Amino acid sequence: MAAHRRRCSVVLLSIFSLSLINVAHSQETTAPAGQYVSASVDPQTETAEKKAEQPAAEGRWEETEVGNMDLGDAATETPDSLSHENVFSPSVSEPKHDFREELVIRPLHSGDIYASFQFRTLWKTNFRENKVSHYRLFPKSLGQVISKFSVRELHISFTQGYWRTMQWGQPYQPAPPGTELWVWFQDSVTDVDGTWKKLTNVLSGIFCASLNFIDSTNTVQPSASFKPLGVGNATDHRFLRYATLPREIVCTENLTPWKKLLPCGSTAGLAVLLKSEKLFHSSFHSQAVHIRPICHDWECKATSWELRQTVNVVFDRHISAQGKREWSLFKMFSRTLTEACPLASSSKIYVDITDSPQGEQLELSPPTSLLSQAVALGDRRTFSVYDLKQQSTFGMTHSLNLLIRWKSNEGDMLRPLLHAERYVAGYGLHMGEIHTLMYNNHPYRSFPVLLLESVPWYLRLYIHTLTVTSKGKDNKPSYIHYQPSKDRVRPHLLEMLIQLPPISVTEVTVQFERALLKWTEYTPDPNHGFYVGSSVISSLVPSIVAMDTNMTQERPLFSSFFPNKEESTYFTRVYTEPLLVNLPTPDFSMPYNVICLTCTVVAVGYGSLYNLLTRSFQVEEPSPGLAKRIANVIRKMRGVPPL
Amino acid sequence: MVHKLCLKTFSLLFVCLSERRRGQIAALSIAAVVIIVGVPLWWRTTETYRAWLPVSQINALSNLQLQLSADVEVVFARGTVTPEQQKKVPVTQTWDEKHAVNEDTSLNYRYEVKYRTATVMEEDALNQPTAAAADLSLHTLSESWCGSLGVYVIPESSSLLPEDVDVYIGQRRTALLRIGSQVKVGRTLEQLLTHLKPRLKQVLQVMSFSRTDITAALSDRVRVSPGNQESIADSMRAFKSSPGYEITFSLLNPDPKSHRLHWDIEGGVETYIQPLLTKLAPLANFSIDSQILYYAMLGVNPRFDSSSSAYTLNADSLAHVINPVEARLGSNAASSNPVLNFLLYVPDAQHSPLHIHNYNKQEVPTNAFHSPRWGGIMIYNVDDLYGPEVTFPVDIDISMARVMGVFLAQLRLLLGVQSSTPPPGFMVAPCSSAGLADWELDRLMWSRSVENIATATTTITSLAQLLDQIGNIVINDNIAEQVSSAVTSLQLAVAELEAGNLGFALQYSKEAFSASERAFFDPSLLHLLYFPDDQKFAIYIPLFLPMCVPILLSLLKILTELRQRRRDKKAKNA
Repeated sequence: MAAHRRRCSVVLLSIFSLSLINVAHSQETTAPAGQYVSASVDPQTETAEKKAEQPAAEGRWEETEVGNMDLGDAATETPDSLSHENVFSPSVSEPKHDFREELVIRPLHSGDIYASFQFRTLWKTNFRENKVSHYRLFPKSLGQVISKFSVRELHISFTQGYWRTMQWGQPYQPAPPGTELWVWFQDSVTDVDGTWKKLTNVLSGIFCASLNFIDSTNTVQPSASFKPLGVGNATDHRFLRYATLPREIVCTENLTPWKKLLPCGSTAGLAVLLKSEKLFHSSFHSQAVHIRPICHDWECKATSWELRQTVNVVFDRHISAQGKREWSLFKMFSRTLTEACPLASSSKIYVDITDSPQGEQLELSPPTSLLSQAVALGDRRTFSVYDLKQQSTFGMTHSLNLLIRWKSNEGDMLRPLLHAERYVAGYGLHMGEIHTLMYNNHPYRSFPVLLLESVPWYLRLYIHTLTVTSKGKDNKPSYIHYQPSKDRVRPHLLEMLIQLPPISVTEVTVQFERALLKWTEYTPDPNHGFYVGSSVISSLVPSIVAMDTNMTQERPLFSSFFPNKEESTYFTRVYTEPLLVNLPTPDFSMPYNVICLTCTVVAVGYGSLYNLLTRSFQVEEPSPGLAKRIANVIRKMRGVPPL
Repeated sequence: MVHKLCLKTFSLLFVCLSERRRGQIAALSIAAVVIIVGVPLWWRTTETYRAWLPVSQINALSNLQLQLSADVEVVFARGTVTPEQQKKVPVTQTWDEKHAVNEDTSLNYRYEVKYRTATVMEEDALNQPTAAAADLSLHTLSESWCGSLGVYVIPESSSLLPEDVDVYIGQRRTALLRIGSQVKVGRTLEQLLTHLKPRLKQVLQVMSFSRTDITAALSDRVRVSPGNQESIADSMRAFKSSPGYEITFSLLNPDPKSHRLHWDIEGGVETYIQPLLTKLAPLANFSIDSQILYYAMLGVNPRFDSSSSAYTLNADSLAHVINPVEARLGSNAASSNPVLNFLLYVPDAQHSPLHIHNYNKQEVPTNAFHSPRWGGIMIYNVDDLYGPEVTFPVDIDISMARVMGVFLAQLRLLLGVQSSTPPPGFMVAPCSSAGLADWELDRLMWSRSVENIATATTTITSLAQLLDQIGNIVINDNIAEQVSSAVTSLQLAVAELEAGNLGFALQYSKEAFSASERAFFDPSLLHLLYFPDDQKFAIYIPLFLPMCVPILLSLLKILTELRQRRRDKKAKNA
């Protein structure tokens, strides 16, 4: 059994180490009608900008006098530094720093629009060397975090709203609602948990988010679902930490520090469009920061740090466009573009026009003759490209207001091959059942998926009730990694490798019992319920290109017999909805009531006991009857002695 | 019959009495159980854990008596003392100087002065052509340790010093002092020594601790009476003592479309800043980083001055310059040490050149200013580098020698390396490549040791006071441990200062400082700080009131009965 499991995990590791995300991995090719899109890399030396929370210093301002300082000998030690002045030396041939920005706009079939920003900063340096301190384009705050905490990879996302895969297709950067953070540490770190705790606290300050609430009760170490995306073959999951905060609410205070990490800030380039009043008035908003080491050249002799900052937004047709199927940059972001970031080596806008390459359904204005094809999410897509580095893009008005108009409502969306949903079943406040449904919509191929569930300890999973069924039959997972929870210490972690048969729904159910918390453990609004983070489904999905069996397309026959190896599968990650579970909630004024009641009972019992013990009983003369007393009174009045 | 009736009454009375007695005993024993068992039990279970603190030692520390001892060696060169005088030269002398700062704090400065005549080698060294060369060769002759000083008294006729210079202060720990003319000095040794003493003291004031330095270092403990404006500004300029400092160089480029700036910050730091920091390593840990900020604007719109066709920033508007920039500088995520910011601002093409004017409306030659306990800003104009035909963007290489010269001067000021103007007749040797003379480091170490001790004692005494006042605070063992180690380090530091071991004194004072800060800011101290009494009583009253009232009442009753009986007995006796 153990050997079997080990073999499975080895297979898995090999699968996932092969699969780097190829999201928006734009391999630009020449389109028949288009021109060549050339990405020229300007050799520039650039920098990064910074966030700041320090209050302004009050103080006296004094001019600096360079008094009896004699820098004579110091200067003579570097005679060439003076001679450098006034020399316009041509920049270094190979830039150590590179910044690129791009915006992909995808019109969705529902009439909504999806805008995905990516900003990539490259910094050529040895990532194993921790002593780095001179920052140019790379932001100093993140650089310090990486070097101080020996981070190898860092992925953090802040998301508001839920990505509706069935309506919108796959996103370029999937993210669960709330906050997700996963970090690979360098293998030199000895106290991973302590470093993780400090790191979350520092990140919480940098991004103004409640990441400091990440502790051992919501952190897991997935064994297979999250593999490093950068270079390096460290796959020992002792150095991995994964946590989600599904309840986290994302707003302006998270966006502002995020924008400060960009070299141009929000002053120039595509980031001008990121205005929070429009960005947060949308159906879905997700911002992320990904840091990883990547190869700088083909032979991987040199490495660089890559910082990818992404923002993904879906604007709702009814809310933002008054129900019309017509979009413009101004309508989406209430800004137009006037310039590229001068520090960027490439600054482009891509509009996905795959559905109407000749402009049958979509009309773009101003029109652009630049076309580009890229394989994204297993599908070959065609994009119109606007290159902001070229003055001609902005036209006579010196501003670009891209307009996208639908001509007709026709066209069907291809159902996404993989999607998932999740809900809680059951009644009452004692037991419940988590149902996870995974849909494989591929017509003829089955493929494996890795399901990761991280459930808080206060839902006590009964793992013996775990069932996996597809098409009414039991579907035995080929790999199960289960780590039971410990109360108040760590959550449940359940990872399974499940084969999804073609055109099927696979249902994973597991029962749980709701724990009664201590009264200080309840959140401020306990009747709202408790969130359980999204489950993560990582998979190599057969690509749509490979699924295409239509031989009538204008493709050379020699290329179409065997499915293309590179494009046959693509890696994707699907997040389900977070769950909202009600836990038995006590009346919170109860402790005081109980104290009062108990005290009263004790006091009453004690009082009578005390009375019994201390009271002394005396025999008292029985008092005379009423008639006798009245008679006595009368006798007294008469002067006769009483009876 | 009568007898029988009497017996019955008697027995009834007896029963009555014994019944009363039993009730009283029951009430008393219940009260006893409550007092002996209940109260201690309640006390034990609701007690907060408070570890033992060395309160008496802390109280002793609140009255700070420091003694600073410095070893001074006075060497007479040939020709300064006559052979007869030489024989009578005392071996050692001790000069004490009292300095009472306030009723709790008083200092004693002690100089242990040793006299001797120069050795042959030293004579050779003193015969060098220049003072600097003599200083260097004297240094190679004897290794001087931290805090000690050597003063070489050279004859009036010596050609080492220029005519108008009487004292030369070297780069190490030595000074050359020109003895006055024979007439002024007088013939006897006593006259000579009394003549030398004030001048030696003057030298020591410059090269070692001085009253003003120490008073400034004690500012945490003693509220300085508002003296003159200048000295307050001086004392407030430098950063407070801290175990480490973060130095951040930022290049501000508000106009990346016109200027492509290149600065060799790695080389600049290596060449100019690192030697100074290596020298300062015993004081604190330093870490350096740099960044480039684009589109970073100053908060003030510079005024165009048509007379010089340049933009100007006035001294009074400098206070507003930094605030918008500071929002972008970024706090230090990785440590909580104070940050020294050094900004290099390259004005945009439209606002070049930009000059800073001082209060006298004069252009500041360095075009830089600094802000106390914050950092410095330098404005670097590049418009003269454009050349005749300019096409934007322009590639500009920044001259690090020019920039780092200014930043180094600011860094020295902000770290508290005092460059007070020496008294007339003094000549101070120019800085070495390290940017810091040995005696300057010593001076800094003296004042930092005193400052650390002062801060640590204040922290520890106020922590002890706080814990004493608020009984609800839990004192864990680790806090008690920190407090004890802070107290021990403090005592050691004071002792080492007294013994004149400056290096150890600084080391212990740093330990005391960090231990006291750790103890003071320990999060466990905050736990039960705010547990209001009224809520406690609200919980206790429902239980305690109904239980205590009967006990108290019956006790009262027993008391009154007892008193009654005693009174009766007295009446009967009477």
